[in-house]
Amino acid sequence: MRSKGRMRLATAGLAAAALVLAGCAESERSDDGEGNEGAGGGTFVFAGAAEPELLDPAFASDGETFRVARQIFEGLVGTEPGTPDPAPLLAESWENSEDGLEYTFQLREGVKFHDGTDFDAEAVCANFDRWYNFPESVQSDDFAYYYGKLFRGFATGEKKGKGIYDACEASGDLEATIRLNEPFAGFIAALSLPALSMQSPTALEKYQDDAAPNVNTTEYSTAHPTGTGPFVFDSWDRGNRVTLKRNDDYWGEVAKVDTVQVVAISDPAARATAVQNGDVDGADLIGPADIPGLEDAGMQVIPRDPFTVLYLGMNQKQKPFDDIKVRQAIAHAIDKEAVAAASLPEGTEIATQFMPQSVNGWNDEVTEYEYDPDRAKQLLEEAGVAGTTVEFNYPTGVSRPYMPAPEDTFNVLRSQLEAVGLKVKPVADVWTPDYLDKVTGSADHGLHLLGWTGDYNDSDNFVGVFFGGETDEFGFTNQELFDKLTEARGVPTLEEQTPLYEEINADVMEFLPAVPLAHPAPSLAFGADVEGYQQSPVNDEVWNQVTVG
Amino acid sequence: MLRFVLRRLALMVPVLVGLSILLFAWVRALPGDPARALLGQRATPEGIARVNELYGFEEPLLQQYLTYVKALLTGDFGRSIKTGQPVVESFIEKFPGTVELGLTALLLAVVVGVPLGYYAARHQGRTLDTFIVSGSLVGVVTPVFFLAILLKLVFADWLDVLPTSLRQDARMDATHITNFYVLDGIMTQEWDAAWNAAVHLVLPAVALGTIPLAIIVRITRAAVADVLNEDYVRTAASKGLASQVVSRRHVLRNALLPVVTTIGLQAGLLFSGAVLTETVFAWNGIGKYLFEAIGQRDYPVLQGYILFIAVIYALINLAVDVAYGVIDPRVRVQ
Repeated sequence: MRSKGRMRLATAGLAAAALVLAGCAESERSDDGEGNEGAGGGTFVFAGAAEPELLDPAFASDGETFRVARQIFEGLVGTEPGTPDPAPLLAESWENSEDGLEYTFQLREGVKFHDGTDFDAEAVCANFDRWYNFPESVQSDDFAYYYGKLFRGFATGEKKGKGIYDACEASGDLEATIRLNEPFAGFIAALSLPALSMQSPTALEKYQDDAAPNVNTTEYSTAHPTGTGPFVFDSWDRGNRVTLKRNDDYWGEVAKVDTVQVVAISDPAARATAVQNGDVDGADLIGPADIPGLEDAGMQVIPRDPFTVLYLGMNQKQKPFDDIKVRQAIAHAIDKEAVAAASLPEGTEIATQFMPQSVNGWNDEVTEYEYDPDRAKQLLEEAGVAGTTVEFNYPTGVSRPYMPAPEDTFNVLRSQLEAVGLKVKPVADVWTPDYLDKVTGSADHGLHLLGWTGDYNDSDNFVGVFFGGETDEFGFTNQELFDKLTEARGVPTLEEQTPLYEEINADVMEFLPAVPLAHPAPSLAFGADVEGYQQSPVNDEVWNQVTVG
Repeated sequence: MLRFVLRRLALMVPVLVGLSILLFAWVRALPGDPARALLGQRATPEGIARVNELYGFEEPLLQQYLTYVKALLTGDFGRSIKTGQPVVESFIEKFPGTVELGLTALLLAVVVGVPLGYYAARHQGRTLDTFIVSGSLVGVVTPVFFLAILLKLVFADWLDVLPTSLRQDARMDATHITNFYVLDGIMTQEWDAAWNAAVHLVLPAVALGTIPLAIIVRITRAAVADVLNEDYVRTAASKGLASQVVSRRHVLRNALLPVVTTIGLQAGLLFSGAVLTETVFAWNGIGKYLFEAIGQRDYPVLQGYILFIAVIYALINLAVDVAYGVIDPRVRVQ
């Protein structure tokens, strides 16, 4: 009896608790309707691989932060849809002086920030001055990475006086003039980076504190990003989703969906399943292995035009890679087509050099090393290393835009190298930080897989990154090459840069510090009812034309 | 009882101090450098040096430890190197997700496991017993990640009946108050949101709860089988007590002791299972965040989270010890 009484008491208690709980809190639901009700309106849910790190793009350098930033913010310069080439955005046009030191921008009329502040020349200068005057605490690479890299200095700190930014002048309401201390041919293209997008000076003044102990967690960086873009920030439920609402006062084409939700799903297979099940409408960085399944299920898979490069690096600090004949033998041993077919997504292009064809300075006359196992064997014999063992480092458990399945890529390369008589000693490490540490931070590696995704259309952003100076990764010193890259970086116009980079590309392929394998195409996937998504090789994808259902 | 609880709580202090030292040493012994992990492929020697300086990683280890302990004493567990968010704040945000998942998994394991184990023990040697025993063996040896993938394949890809990622449909405009999504839905009477969250719980909870379920089945079966052979059970039956009363008062109650211990231990192990389950199902909880923090070598997050988990684990086991006294009056806690 006693236990029956207890049971009854417990049941009654539970029922009472449920009654008390139900309705004890206010629902915060908006009344503007839910879900995707037919074409136009509705919600577009997109899955990236991670959350944004913060909402102020000036302090970001990662793709996930930029993905959200591109919906909220706009720069002076954008890109031509579907290409990496610069195009007018908030600036309708620009002119530069002959010496390459002065750029005058004519700004778009009638543009307002989301908080009602006018977008004008004063606002442009407020942004340039803000970047230049960033306090020392945010000048490091984990915050103002892009400004620091591109403009090479700030008003204060270690890099004081070394920067190439001189001043910004509001020469009219809608005319802003930027003066540089040195020519910078990539200046216009660089302005298409979200890190250099225009932010509301009023909102920055009110909510941002660049000198805060941690700018990632300021009010502006977490809750008040204010730009001019087609979507207005609504909320960030950390670890869960970022919600953006349509900007009905947008100066351009007003977005078709009411709401955008950006969620993070780190596992590539889980992202693919989420698209297939309709949990999300779209997802980025789809693994090649998941593509056939998605296509069979009637989903759309869109490869981006490749703006990447995947290469097989060779550390010249480690024998026998210091011998050019060995490097040439390895280049001849590789069947790039087979590598792409077995481990890279559809749309991948074979690489002949370390930049995609759309980048200034690409050269169609560089030395190419055709697939020729016999020639490879002969070169290895000549170098006296036939049958030698080579260390081959590759990462595991990672999917990069230029290397979606490194284990598969390694396996194909391994069999090709063994086919010419080399013995391969595999060394696998998890991507971060172990693999990157070993390959880019120490001499303890041999052959290795690595690559790059271009940030914007700039030659130095490819070859300059790889071969601009002595690195642990490649382990060589080639002063002539380093000097040529420094010179090319400093010339004022793209036209003058072209022959210099063409020559550099030819030199690099003679010197062969690595074998460029391919320009892999990172893939996006969407549900069958998603329309209007414009892919961009530099990920400059704005969702105002997207419709769902 | 109160003295027992207080003494156990006091004993936790040296354990936690020891653990903080071990953790501090362990995360730093992991190969790889947080600065490089943070800066990724764009890392330059100067960039790495600046990050190390910013976070004090270049100080001598002892100095770093003292700074860490000093901050701990003021309740400051530091900030994530990756996101800059205070460790305590992110833990409070993500913990409800893990508890919601862990409790559901545990509930599943107990509600299904105890009756199955009991039934198997009462029907030893019969077909169903053999089936339950072999089934539990399969459950014990199936790795969580494999089961998770299998579940996704069957229920999401083939049957298309259950969601496989996130805690709630992202399109759902749900109010979140406690961050226990099902509870939030009930509290705000957003029934569709509560249902949606409950449906999202199914696959991860089954994946996470299967190993504890199988273990509980086996332990219950063994314990009940033991008790069934006891003289007092035979006596109770022979003096004419109804079999239901014998089962409940004499068999189950006595057999429950090892089962409760197991449940306590499994509750702790659910945290480790959550690391895999949450990652596979994109579940926003502390497990997924820990997994990412390991890859990032996010020292403050690793130290803080593991310390919190240790405290929770110790508290669960304390609760189990207290529960002994309730189940078995012979074991009065002292």
